[in-house]
Amino acid sequence: MYETSYHRAGSLAEAAQLISNADDGKFLGGGQTLLPTMKQRLAAPSDIVDLTKIPELKGIREDGGSIVIGAATTHYEVASSALLKEKIPGLAALAGGIGDPAVRHMGTLGGSIANNDPAADYPSALVALNATVATSKRSLSAEDFFVGMFETALDDDEVVVSVSFPIAQKSAYSKYPNPASRYAMAGVFVARLGDGSVRVAVTGAGQNGVFRATAMEDALSGNWSPDAVAGIEVGADDMLHDIHGSADYRSNLVTVMAKRAVAATG
Amino acid sequence: MAVEGIGARALRKEDKRFITGKGRYTDDMVLPGMGHAAFVRSPHAHARVKGIDASAALAMPGVDAVLTGDQLVGDGIGNLICGWMIHSKDGSPMNMGGWRALEPEVVRHVGQAVAVVVADTPAQARDAADAVVVDYEELPAVVDAIEALAPGAPQIHPEAAGNLIFDWEIGDEAAVEAAFDNAAHVTRMEIRNNRLVPNPMEPRAALASYDDAEEHYTLYTTSQNPHVARLVLSAFYNVAPEHKLRVIAPDVGGGFGSKIYIYPEEMVCLWASKRVGRPVKWVSDRTEAFLTDAHGRDHRSEAELALDADNRITGLRVKTIANLGAYMSLFSSSVPTYLYATLLSGQYDIPAIHANVKTVYTNTTPVDAYRGAGRPEATYLLERLMETAAREVGLSPAEFRRRNFVRSFPHQTPVIMCYDAGDYDATLDAAMKAADYDGFAARKAEAASRGKLRGIGLSCYIEACGIAPSAAVGSLGAGVGLWESAEVRVNPVGTVEVLTGSHSHGQGHETTFAQLISERFGLDTDAVSIVHGDTDKVQFGMGTYGSRSGAVGMSAIVKALDKVEAKAKKIAAHLMEAAEGDIQIEGGELKVAGTDKKLTFTEVALAAYTAHNLPDGMEPGLKEGAFYDPTNFTFPAGTYVCEVEVDPETGKTEIVNFVAADDFGKVINPMIVEGQVHGGLVQGIGQALLENASYDENGQLLTASYMDYSMPRADDVPSFKLTTHETLCPGNPLGMKGCGEAGAIGSPPAVINAITDAIGSNDLAMPASPEKVWALYRSAMREAAE
Repeated sequence: MYETSYHRAGSLAEAAQLISNADDGKFLGGGQTLLPTMKQRLAAPSDIVDLTKIPELKGIREDGGSIVIGAATTHYEVASSALLKEKIPGLAALAGGIGDPAVRHMGTLGGSIANNDPAADYPSALVALNATVATSKRSLSAEDFFVGMFETALDDDEVVVSVSFPIAQKSAYSKYPNPASRYAMAGVFVARLGDGSVRVAVTGAGQNGVFRATAMEDALSGNWSPDAVAGIEVGADDMLHDIHGSADYRSNLVTVMAKRAVAATG
Repeated sequence: MAVEGIGARALRKEDKRFITGKGRYTDDMVLPGMGHAAFVRSPHAHARVKGIDASAALAMPGVDAVLTGDQLVGDGIGNLICGWMIHSKDGSPMNMGGWRALEPEVVRHVGQAVAVVVADTPAQARDAADAVVVDYEELPAVVDAIEALAPGAPQIHPEAAGNLIFDWEIGDEAAVEAAFDNAAHVTRMEIRNNRLVPNPMEPRAALASYDDAEEHYTLYTTSQNPHVARLVLSAFYNVAPEHKLRVIAPDVGGGFGSKIYIYPEEMVCLWASKRVGRPVKWVSDRTEAFLTDAHGRDHRSEAELALDADNRITGLRVKTIANLGAYMSLFSSSVPTYLYATLLSGQYDIPAIHANVKTVYTNTTPVDAYRGAGRPEATYLLERLMETAAREVGLSPAEFRRRNFVRSFPHQTPVIMCYDAGDYDATLDAAMKAADYDGFAARKAEAASRGKLRGIGLSCYIEACGIAPSAAVGSLGAGVGLWESAEVRVNPVGTVEVLTGSHSHGQGHETTFAQLISERFGLDTDAVSIVHGDTDKVQFGMGTYGSRSGAVGMSAIVKALDKVEAKAKKIAAHLMEAAEGDIQIEGGELKVAGTDKKLTFTEVALAAYTAHNLPDGMEPGLKEGAFYDPTNFTFPAGTYVCEVEVDPETGKTEIVNFVAADDFGKVINPMIVEGQVHGGLVQGIGQALLENASYDENGQLLTASYMDYSMPRADDVPSFKLTTHETLCPGNPLGMKGCGEAGAIGSPPAVINAITDAIGSNDLAMPASPEKVWALYRSAMREAAE
């Protein structure tokens, strides 16, 4: 790791000030991606600004028809939330399957989505549940927030404050983990929203990060059953391919995970 | 603790310090004024070094020195060598290329060191290493062994034309030819044994210091064999004379073979410590471990089995190409030859065997012994062939094996080995019973009702451990003898110290060796301590690898104990005025048979050291040493049964049951043996399902971290069912055979045989990744539909 200066922000205003004072500053959430990257000397920020102690970034609460989760909430807190288990069980289950226990106790929702790793789990939940991302500057729909692989709509000095997830009628997530890293090789989040509309979002498989499988959404709108998506392939054209799986294999996994996610909603 | 002898499930004495974080590893060692080394490594697989500019690095804070290969060569430091001479079938010696610890001219694999920085802190050293500018001229690279042998391939070493290191053979080619001419059935396969990265939990490390006044070096390092390290460093690398070099291998966190060898980094630290005048520490990071720890396996073979009309094997023909990487590591030449082809007879009576092995240089990390070392490659080849042949001729895999088992001992195979004892029917029976083999069809049907493909696979392995009579290995090309030594010191108060040349890096010697003393003298195991891993404390020793600590190391201790016991009895007989032959040792006491006269072991020990009343002419003290040279290899053997369920939608394999029935001869501590088997099985299952060192065509290692190299985890394996059957080894005093590698040797073919049984398609290479299995099953279904 290169030398860096650590700062702990007590408020959003202080965070903005600290990052603007830095030569090459980076915001730090739970550090589960940034710190290993720095240890491997692949990133060398001059300053890191820890956001996880800012009060308005903490907590899980119900607000109208939505559940609002603070950006600094850990995966463990999401996974073990009684409120989420009741209202959006698919989201709690997704958080309970991220990484390993050490990662889940440190990693945060805001840190995960701000990084937008194409193999991360959360982006699929945000898109499938039609979530709204509240930042230090504005509100964005999930689909507008995620721009591409490791890219979001966030400005350099913009902080994710919270994510608001509308309560869904049904939700579930199924992923096929990479055998080495255990990141998703294909993760599919299926949701029937409060208004009855259906959304299916895929992570881990696509070259441009999370995407919606609209053919599957159409099929599930008329028939919410695993069989409805069993014959639908997203196609290999835009799939990732590497030593762990070809584009064809990933396309197959998307179909299989979609089936299993629908089955998991009961 | 207590008196816990042979066969007791004694808890490990060493675990208190390991579990409480009190282990002392090389990186825990701190010397006053020590500096830290960081290596400048090649980013290219093959390149000419045109220049090294260290000026910017030398100007950085805390930097002491930047040392290069030219300086190393100028100081007379020798090349790294391979210590086992192999001759090609035409009689010519192997073509060994030069290997310098810091390369001044041509780098031959990604990660090879060209310079070292010594600085005050590890971070300063790393930053400065990044600032060393090396001017490389890239050269074409080749990573695949078959491509490296092809005409026009990049030439890697001038000494090895066409990249061929040697072209070796064993066995009777004409007899094999005749067997195939007369065969009723021939089974042919192409078999690949995938390249693995050893991944011990503790990466390699070294802390070297030089005492200017005494002209004496000390090296703390992660070694499985510190005496061999000292010998090689002094005799071949010219770093320091043997009596001026102390090598200490303190607690070492796993080796699996990868810490047998002397690597560039450790010897550079020694050399640099004198050059810069301060102790120098280096600790490998995980990426350096992936790039520079000797890899394992990497064979490509063609194998053919000839059967007669009764399905008895009449001949075996094997052609293997072994990838040794960019340099010949210390024992690399022995692995695909005498540790491999000599085991090709397996558990079977095969009248004619011929094997041809070509070893090849490529622009990849050097390859050497890794848990099993040659024997996993032999077992995988033979047991895949056996299962396939059984399927082809329509016999059950168990019946086909039984029909060909060796049943009378000693049994001389056509490939050097003479099996001394075994009962292969017994382990096969035990395994099939424990696996409920007869109930498999019902389980398969039940799995099918859940949409899963269930398969079962066998593997009947044999291996050779306790390597080996020194004269025998010497005649085969080994540069060292492979005996072991021990010294047993009884202290005046009756406690015992055992100095052993074996080295424990996870094997539990402090417990099992103490159990031997406990058994012999009836002493509490707490009254015994085991001393190892320091060339200043322990007389010469050969270290631990090849499952030899029990069969060879403990045999040396037994010999020393025999001498101690004889002297103790003489003293006791003298003190109690009894005949020496009437003295019995029992429960920590020396008794005169048939009387109530007795002395405690402590009283006899004290008498030996006070020397007030010893038999006439007897020297004081109670301390004896012994060297033990094995009379033969030992031959652990057994049967493994693997049962899997494959998910046809994803290709994911789940191991639902795994049975290991092993014959290790005498078992000292069943708990420790089970732990060894568990670890071996997980590494073997890792090879079969997950692990693969993957290079791109430019020689970049694609799997250089745990993000891409799939290590097996607890949830990848089932709870194993273990059983042992004991036929004693007639060749050593305790009847031990060795258990450290069996799991890694026997398990890969059992797994692949089970998966191919499940999916009904045989052409599956390791690792059986989900995608491979999925694609193979899909194409088999498509073919079946056409």
